[in-house]
Amino acid sequence: MYDAPLDLYARMMLIRACETQLNDVFARNLFPGYIHSYLGQEACAVGVCSLLGDGDKVVSTHRGRGHYLAKGMALRPMMAEMFGRASGICGGRAGEMHAADPAIGVLGGNGIVGAGLPIGAGAALGMQLDGAGAVAVAFFGEGASNNGAFAETLNVAAAWRLPLLLVCENNLYAEMTPFADTVAQPRVAARAAGYGLPGETVDGNDVFAVRDATARALARARAGDGPTLLELETYRWGGHFEGDPKKYRSRDEEAAWKARCPVARLRAVLLAGSDADAARLDAIDAAAEAGVAEAIRFALDSPLPEPERALDHVYAA
Amino acid sequence: MPRKSFRQALNEAMRLEMRRDPRVFVMGEDVAGGKGASGEQDAWGGAFGVTKGLLAEFGPERVRDTPITESAFVGAAAGAAMTGLRPVVEIMFVDFMGVCFDQIFNQAAKFRYMFGGKAVTPMVLRATFGAGTRSASQHSQALYPLFTHIPGLKVVVPSSPYDAKGLLIQAIRDDDPVIFLEHKAMYDDMGEVPDGAYVVPFGEAGVLRDGGDVTIVAYGRMVGRAMEAAARLARDGIEATVVDPRTTSPLDIDTIVETLEETGRLVIVDEAYPRCGMASDIAGIVAEEAFGLLKAPIQKVTPPHAPVPYAPELEAAYIPSVEKIEAAVRKAVGWTR
Repeated sequence: MYDAPLDLYARMMLIRACETQLNDVFARNLFPGYIHSYLGQEACAVGVCSLLGDGDKVVSTHRGRGHYLAKGMALRPMMAEMFGRASGICGGRAGEMHAADPAIGVLGGNGIVGAGLPIGAGAALGMQLDGAGAVAVAFFGEGASNNGAFAETLNVAAAWRLPLLLVCENNLYAEMTPFADTVAQPRVAARAAGYGLPGETVDGNDVFAVRDATARALARARAGDGPTLLELETYRWGGHFEGDPKKYRSRDEEAAWKARCPVARLRAVLLAGSDADAARLDAIDAAAEAGVAEAIRFALDSPLPEPERALDHVYAA
Repeated sequence: MPRKSFRQALNEAMRLEMRRDPRVFVMGEDVAGGKGASGEQDAWGGAFGVTKGLLAEFGPERVRDTPITESAFVGAAAGAAMTGLRPVVEIMFVDFMGVCFDQIFNQAAKFRYMFGGKAVTPMVLRATFGAGTRSASQHSQALYPLFTHIPGLKVVVPSSPYDAKGLLIQAIRDDDPVIFLEHKAMYDDMGEVPDGAYVVPFGEAGVLRDGGDVTIVAYGRMVGRAMEAAARLARDGIEATVVDPRTTSPLDIDTIVETLEETGRLVIVDEAYPRCGMASDIAGIVAEEAFGLLKAPIQKVTPPHAPVPYAPELEAAYIPSVEKIEAAVRKAVGWTR
């Protein structure tokens, strides 16, 4: 849990630096897999995860690095995992879409759209039966809201009053297809009413708005009042993956959303207040860039997994 | 030793483990059945009555009726397992796993490996399987080969009440996802079952009968038919060894090969579809690893590669029969180059 505005800024900048530098590494052909960039959505992960404790669980998506870093996954082993190294958080077996660190409540990214929702419900069931007041958060995209797992999970989570936050990051594109083209009801939060739980749409590029909504949902969940569906309106600056030429949308649209940059907005708020001056924020930026650069060096310098250990953790062979 | 039904043996296994470990809970469609309605609160105890009585002892938190949403509750089991619970989920019919297959083979099966050993997924998915109850194509399949194909799943197909109880206790104590398949025509089968808890380990075949002429490998309900065929053949002086591998994953191929050192002939009886089924799988492994032991071509006794029919006459003709097993053995024993 972290509350100070400068801490929120530092975490968002860490994600920003991570995503920017990884794109650069990818462009230089030094990355072994695909990149599903979290650029532009930093306020969503930080707004939600900054209010979570160590005992709370997070289920992530294929676009998960923002969630990992916001929830507190250590930067070096996370980065090494991205590069498929033995020092990776999962020993190089999970890779870019699936990293997990259950010890800090990150129950994994997921390569299957919508699949994390039921798993999040199960984690919430675990928290409910445990009775210690912890909650689970299932992140998903608006594309997943058209999946059957979404409908099933909303229903059972509401029926069982599970301590679950259903956090939809609505970045407008389900892979390459605009969400609005696939639905008659583009307001994801509106679907909550049909299942008997509250739904709320929030400016997902305003970290304080995300935190306020998250705090309301957490209070409900921790009080035993059940799940909440949060729809965070945001924008995926990159394509579905790096290398996607994004021909399906206009540069004007991208520019309009970049003008609503979540990091720049928080920076403006901080500069307008008394907490920080530009020099202090610049120092945070530089520390984030340096930390990420060091983590990438650590990853690239780390040993590759040994082929003879490829079958570690295999059972029933 | 007391005699109990297959159903009672399974019920005891869950009851004992729920008493032993508060993290164990059961959920599924109608596992209580009627909870919250105006009549009996534990009206069904699962569609086949296997969980009957658990609600009264353990309460609704640990005996949890679900909506008819297999993706949600199988995925929830995986998520709950990752947080330290030990769910035992009932899927009414194995055929229904089609609607939640992602949660089984992309999710639960993958966590331990994909997360580099940082997570375990102790969950059991119990389901009924098999033909013989006039339930037709969508409620009668023997789909264990589908799950056997997936690394990360353990797959159990018990053939007796004794094994059913010991294997289910092992499944509940196991830290990995287990697909536990119960033949729906066997719930009233009786057998000797001790009262207390015991485990039957995975990956250890049972040798039910020793004979020097042929090895018959069979699973689930086919074990009884193989034993009957063996008894008939013995009257003609043909002695069969009958092997029940008990689990398709892990698979005890060693025991099968050891018996072939004496018999040199192999007949595999499988209620699953023939293509990519257990009969094909075992035949392939034996051909690769023990070709030199074989005195005759391997015989497979399976249904045709076709959906399960409804009409009683068609269904009876579909399921491998004692007569077909007998004929396959005679073919193997009588084979000459």
